[in-house]
Amino acid sequence: MTAILGHPWRHRLAIAVGAVAAMTSVQAMSAETTINWLHLETNQPRLETWHEIASDYEALHPGVHIEFQFLDNEAFKAKLPTLLQSDNAPSMFYTWAGGVLKEQSETGKIRDITEALNADDGAWRKMLNPAAIDSMTFNDKVWAVPTHSGVVSFWYNKELLAKAGVDGEAIKTWGEFTDAVKQLRAAGIAPIAAGGGDKWPLQFFWSYLVMREVGQEGLDAARAGDGFLSDGFVEASQKLIDLGKLEAFQKGFVAASWPDAAATFADGRAAFLLAGDNTATPANQALAATDGKGLAPENIGRFPFPAIEGAPGLVTDDFGGINGWVVTKNAPAETVDFLKFYTNVDNAKKLAARGVIPTTFGGEEGLVEPSMKLAAEQMSKETWHQNYLDQDLGPNVGRVVNDISAALAAGQISAQDAVQQVQDAFELEM
Amino acid sequence: MSQTDSMAAKKPLGGLLSLLTRRHRTKIRGKLPVIILFLPPALILFTVFVILPIGEAAWYSFYDWNGYGLPTEWVALRNYQLIFRNGAFLQALINNGLIIAVSILIQVPLALWLATLVVRRVRGAVAFRLLFFLPYVLADVAAGLIWRFVYDGQFGLVAAVFNALNMESPFWLADKGAAMVCVLAVVVWKYFGFHMMLFVAGLQAIDKEVLEAADIDGATGWQKFRRVTLPLLGSTVRLSVFFAVIGSLQLFDMIMPLTGGGPFNATQTMVTFLYSFGVMRMNVGFGSAVGVVLFVICVSLAFSYKRVFMKND
Repeated sequence: MTAILGHPWRHRLAIAVGAVAAMTSVQAMSAETTINWLHLETNQPRLETWHEIASDYEALHPGVHIEFQFLDNEAFKAKLPTLLQSDNAPSMFYTWAGGVLKEQSETGKIRDITEALNADDGAWRKMLNPAAIDSMTFNDKVWAVPTHSGVVSFWYNKELLAKAGVDGEAIKTWGEFTDAVKQLRAAGIAPIAAGGGDKWPLQFFWSYLVMREVGQEGLDAARAGDGFLSDGFVEASQKLIDLGKLEAFQKGFVAASWPDAAATFADGRAAFLLAGDNTATPANQALAATDGKGLAPENIGRFPFPAIEGAPGLVTDDFGGINGWVVTKNAPAETVDFLKFYTNVDNAKKLAARGVIPTTFGGEEGLVEPSMKLAAEQMSKETWHQNYLDQDLGPNVGRVVNDISAALAAGQISAQDAVQQVQDAFELEM
Repeated sequence: MSQTDSMAAKKPLGGLLSLLTRRHRTKIRGKLPVIILFLPPALILFTVFVILPIGEAAWYSFYDWNGYGLPTEWVALRNYQLIFRNGAFLQALINNGLIIAVSILIQVPLALWLATLVVRRVRGAVAFRLLFFLPYVLADVAAGLIWRFVYDGQFGLVAAVFNALNMESPFWLADKGAAMVCVLAVVVWKYFGFHMMLFVAGLQAIDKEVLEAADIDGATGWQKFRRVTLPLLGSTVRLSVFFAVIGSLQLFDMIMPLTGGGPFNATQTMVTFLYSFGVMRMNVGFGSAVGVVLFVICVSLAFSYKRVFMKND
């Protein structure tokens, strides 16, 4: 062994070390900043706009490079914790706000951007919707740049409703909605398209029912520690069971994925779809439908999730996602600056034209789709905006909410058991 | 060596002892460079990628930890209590048992029967061997996706068959009772080819003369199989069952695209349970505890099986 480590070998080692050191220093000298942008976007036109915004920024800031990294939705969620703690952490990544972002903010792996927002007398902060900023705020610090938000509402196939003699515009209360479901069933039409296999599409129903049953105060109190066992939650769960009993959902909905459900609606095989604001756009219909076309825009109607008679929730209380970008701890400083550029009014308008409702004031002027303009208008008058509950309540309670929503709609558990499961998961987190 | 031996024989006892230890030492010293050079790579790899992760998982399983930073919240055995209270995990255990049972009782006999057919030197036997082996070559995820489509009640093959018969098409994957049967069917379809190939190899190793001798003695086909082929194939059968059991416990990639463990956890296996309830819910501590339980089950099954059934193989 000593022979191996003799002079000639040591000499060679020294040369090798020297060479590596030399290479590193060369690299350091020519160092240019690279922003690694980790996303999960599959919508091609939207991606093109991102690339456009990125190259605009690169042109304005020589030496800054923006590289795109893609991960599939589920892979992204599974891989992120490991990725954030490795040397390969991206500079910025997508967020749905809520409990997951809160957990990330406690790890010290992501950057607090409060200062950047407040700089120059809050110039950047004033550009963005304060409610959206609030949803990215934990412990009085802002942890992500909100870029767009959405609202979930009922979409309906006008032709199918007419066939069953239902007037979609007239549906204002839950009772009227369930009557419509019964009428559609009687006419031999599948009332609602739902993706029970993915579970979260049914979580939309439970969440909205809860919002209508307990109202903002009720949900805030539950989250603050009162828990989920009160009558309102049980009642909301029971309403979902009752809806399922009316055979409200298409056949085989428990195993259907979200794309299956979207196709069921876009093909005209079911009358209602509870979904996000871009459902009725021709691009989205073409993507969802089996025939590559989908329903014509004039055949699609929309109404907000109905109110429940005698319950505190308002019909103007909106439910929908709030999204944005998180900057990681070790990201180059330019990342924050780039996000400021990304959220300026011009870029927000460009993105709005691609079918998102921007959180930048004035950005909504870029919306071209009439159905999305209506959704944006509804959001501008909203009395409360609740983020997706599976995000808001954190990854664990959130998944339980998804589980019970699917189980309730299929009549697999009782309302009491459902809220108890949520409560059990919630207590473990406390 | 023989020289030192003969020398030792001439010396008195004390001298013999000291010589022995010296011999032992020289033997070790002779091998030392080899050990130092060749043991560390394997030892380090094994330690870093096998021993350490197992130890880490065991350590994490006592914490409430979401995967960020270092685990700090010690919860003792709470994760294990939660596992055994969880209905989905108990369902996963039952399902794993079912998969093992079907693998042993249906898949292995089917593979053995087909192997005895395609091992014959008749025209087309090789083509059939290839055909039966094809499902095994297919990636698990692809197989899961294909079968999801086959079972689809709207556009799938099953729907087409039922529609052709003028019957309402069923949604088997949405049916809590039927979904697991569908999964089991795919498991048998996917892996019987692998076991068949094991048996083909085993059958080819059997001496033809033994079978000829049985022929001359007037044994029937069944008697030849029962008294000659099967006993001679014993070690292959035991190996095949061993693979079936371990493979069943690890089943994951095919289930995720096929059912995702649903509907309502009806097709959950231990590994899909670990993934859905540990990884996807950012409950790394809980997931690690599931991993430990799975590890203990696998190791005890593997060792006891080897000890009881494969001790002579």
